[in-house]
Amino acid sequence: MPGFPKKWWPKKSRPLRRSINMASLPITVERAGLEHRARNFLRRLRSGDEIAHLITLLAAAGILLVTGLLIYELFANSPLPRQKFGWAFLAGRTWDPVMENFGALPFIYGTVVSSALALLLAVPLGVGAAIFLSELAPPGISNALTFVIELLAAVPSVIYGLLGIFVLVPTLRTVVQPFLKTTLGFLPLFQGPMFGVGMLAAGVVLAIMIIPFIISISREVLLAVPVAQREAALAVGATRWEATWRVVVPFARAGILASVFLALGRALGETMAVTMVIGNDPRISASLFAPGYSIAAVIANEFAEATSDLHLQVLIELGLVLFFLTIVINALTRLVILSTTGRGTAH
Amino acid sequence: MASRNTWRKFLNAFMFSLTGLCAFTAVGFLFFILGYLLWNGGRALNWAFFTHLPTPVGEAGGGMANALVGSAKLLLLASLVGVPMGFLGGVYLAEFGGRTFSFFVRYTTDLLNGVPSIVMGIFAYTVVVLPMRHFSTLAGGLALGVMMIPIAVRSTEESLRTVPQTLREGALALGASKWKTVASVVVPAAIRGIVTGFVLDLARVAGETAPLLFTAFSNRFWSLGWNQPTASLPVMIYTYAIAPYEDWHRQAWAAGLVLLLLVLVANIGARLLVTGRMSVHQV
Amino acid sequence: MRKLAVPVVLLFVSLNLWAGCLLAAPAAPSDAILINGAGATFPYPIYSKWFSDYNKLHPDIQINYQSIGSGGGIRQLQAGTVDFGASDAPMTDEQLSQATTKVLHFPTVLGAVVPTYNISGVSQELNFTPEVLADIFLGKITKWNDPALAKVNKGVSLPDEDVVVVHRSDGSGTSFVWTDYLSKVSSEWQTKVGKGTSVNWPVGLGGKGNEGVAGLVKQTPGTLGYVELIYAVQNKLAYGRVRNSAGAFVKAALAGVTAAAASVAKQMPQDFRVSITNPPGKAAYPISSFTYLLIPTKIDDPAKKKALTDFLHWMLSDGQKEAEPLSYARLPKEVVAKEVQTIAQID
Repeated sequence: MPGFPKKWWPKKSRPLRRSINMASLPITVERAGLEHRARNFLRRLRSGDEIAHLITLLAAAGILLVTGLLIYELFANSPLPRQKFGWAFLAGRTWDPVMENFGALPFIYGTVVSSALALLLAVPLGVGAAIFLSELAPPGISNALTFVIELLAAVPSVIYGLLGIFVLVPTLRTVVQPFLKTTLGFLPLFQGPMFGVGMLAAGVVLAIMIIPFIISISREVLLAVPVAQREAALAVGATRWEATWRVVVPFARAGILASVFLALGRALGETMAVTMVIGNDPRISASLFAPGYSIAAVIANEFAEATSDLHLQVLIELGLVLFFLTIVINALTRLVILSTTGRGTAH
Repeated sequence: MASRNTWRKFLNAFMFSLTGLCAFTAVGFLFFILGYLLWNGGRALNWAFFTHLPTPVGEAGGGMANALVGSAKLLLLASLVGVPMGFLGGVYLAEFGGRTFSFFVRYTTDLLNGVPSIVMGIFAYTVVVLPMRHFSTLAGGLALGVMMIPIAVRSTEESLRTVPQTLREGALALGASKWKTVASVVVPAAIRGIVTGFVLDLARVAGETAPLLFTAFSNRFWSLGWNQPTASLPVMIYTYAIAPYEDWHRQAWAAGLVLLLLVLVANIGARLLVTGRMSVHQV
Repeated sequence: MRKLAVPVVLLFVSLNLWAGCLLAAPAAPSDAILINGAGATFPYPIYSKWFSDYNKLHPDIQINYQSIGSGGGIRQLQAGTVDFGASDAPMTDEQLSQATTKVLHFPTVLGAVVPTYNISGVSQELNFTPEVLADIFLGKITKWNDPALAKVNKGVSLPDEDVVVVHRSDGSGTSFVWTDYLSKVSSEWQTKVGKGTSVNWPVGLGGKGNEGVAGLVKQTPGTLGYVELIYAVQNKLAYGRVRNSAGAFVKAALAGVTAAAASVAKQMPQDFRVSITNPPGKAAYPISSFTYLLIPTKIDDPAKKKALTDFLHWMLSDGQKEAEPLSYARLPKEVVAKEVQTIAQID
């Protein structure tokens, strides 16, 4: 499945670290010292091991270098906002290129809210589907359906955006939003004019995009729960649902949580689909009908044309903020996984 | 007591039906997307789409020939960057690595995987476009290539780890050196998983739009060589979709269909390749 | 099936790449000169026609123009990543000083920015006064049947619906023209928002490019946005009349735009940077603008320099004929003459 780890770095089962090239063992074991070591080294060099080691090491080091370069470039190209605004940048609410007054809060808000909404919609649906696929569906159907659902993860983001603009937004505007307004309109969440585009549209698109991740991982985790647990529950008289809901799912809780974090990480960084349906207005509004803006969307829209150096660097700074957000989520995911493998639940 | 049991039985049936509904909804999404694209894109797909260049606004008969070629070129560049580094890095982690260094490499790879694609575009812009003072296919290829690295590393490492230790030991016992073991025994044994990983990686990167927006930019003409901006399928879809022209919408559907089919075929093919079965986790 | 999968996938992937490389080989004359430009969406319809027609006349010259917004054109020209830029907003002194070489402005055509709307049930043309437009964009008028609107639209039954404002989400010369006009007619707008290619919009949804705004207006009922005239015409969007400084309600048309330009034609400054919004004259359309090509004076590649200068000559003579069918007004003769003289300044 593209884009996420199936197995977290498994425990060690490493192959031998050094080759045992019979021919290279010294005849007399007492020969220590520089000459012996040098000859050994030359032998290993000739046999190609050191070179292979070196080449692969360089590749691995290259990865570190590239990532380091990336972080460095982001930092080095955004000094102005830190000088001018400092930490207040994160709390600023205005986005005024004319007055050169920039604040990140509307974008952080938009990113977080659209992702949270996506999770709210996707987690019940995803976990429910995973339960069905792991507990109830016969193996053939389960595999076939999972295969199809995993394909959903491969659909490019711009195609989600395409369908978002032409299918989702009109549907929201003509059917869903009026319905929500009439039934739940007393909540500030569902007030205000209905454009179709807006936070709700972004949340729904993101939800559809992250569902396959939640389903796939949760299903694996649920399948890995020992049969004994299920049987024990059934043995004391639980219905299948009760066994699932009260025994199996809690057992797999950590893995499901990990899948949620993974999906969140994906949702936070999503650019194209969100840009096309979120309305592109840097405003913090209580209503889900209102347009908003996410960090990735504003960078995509304004980067090529930032009118001043400060503007450009502010956008790069926003990229850094987004990066750190995903790092934090990433770290949380790993923590959850670590606690998981410790207890021996998932995988 | 009986009524409580009835309630429990009802709940059982109800909840499981609900979960079934969830599963079929999720499946339904894919079929809806595919069907919608087949319907709209299929109608708009014609020979002109594959062979003509884009025409000015308002003129009919335009196509996306240059975008198709441009995407192919970008993917070629991306694999030149991502595949060697990813493969060798994965080999290092699986075969040669020490403990602490490997930990850092894995952590950094995870980090790189989490970089939002738009930030990758910024990176390629500052590192390639600005010094070269040019939007170019090179910059776009680099951005996509760096995005490929983490998944390539991970899939290579995992595939190599599935090779049984006995295979390695057998080769070593016969007197092969370490690298010979890896090159002639371990890698070929894992090659299917490795290739699958690369194909999936490529398919994912083929659909990325954000990193190309300010690196490869776009081009109304054929892009010659590697130094010029180039049109690409995802960027064209984006540009045409947000425009108000009906003709452009039509072409966006067609391009979307082509892109989706390419990605799906690659995915399905790669899956069948590695497992010969349908699902990653077999029940 | 499994045995086939390997060769099929490999074949598929390699076919793509191979076809790509093969087709990437000379599909154009190998001595083709590729010139890259980026900028305004305002004149994109005519620019795309010009560059396409010019390429038909001179197959070895390819001018690749991307409409990313005036702000983008200016910024990319400053960074030196494109060979020329395009903008409706003349570069400010500060922007000019940030460019690596001296930049010349070449007016190409004249266009009009129109208030375009999509109100269900209203098919008549609406009248807008400057105050009404400013108040709508400031967020003070929120309903279509507001008394201020009704007063100038007697005989039209305006619905009791929200006004959905649509503005540009990217750095835009069209925005500059619009906000320049609003700043001239409303002191409140002048102090609160000001004029610029990117401003802190009090209300509204953001669309990317003229195309994006037109798209949003077309698909969302109740919207009021501003676009270049040709975008409203090509997409069959309704657009209203605006009251000019002489008190007459004028619908945007070539005559009105030409009249607006006539007021400055004789006193055109040497660098052509001028604003013609809200001009005197009974027939003038108040929201008109020149649009400029931004050409650096120093072009290193002699082939590119020749190609660009030749194009400019063609644009000022034959090219002007293509303006009117696309609803742009031709340049006044005096301006053309001055520009021909200025071309010589390109080194």
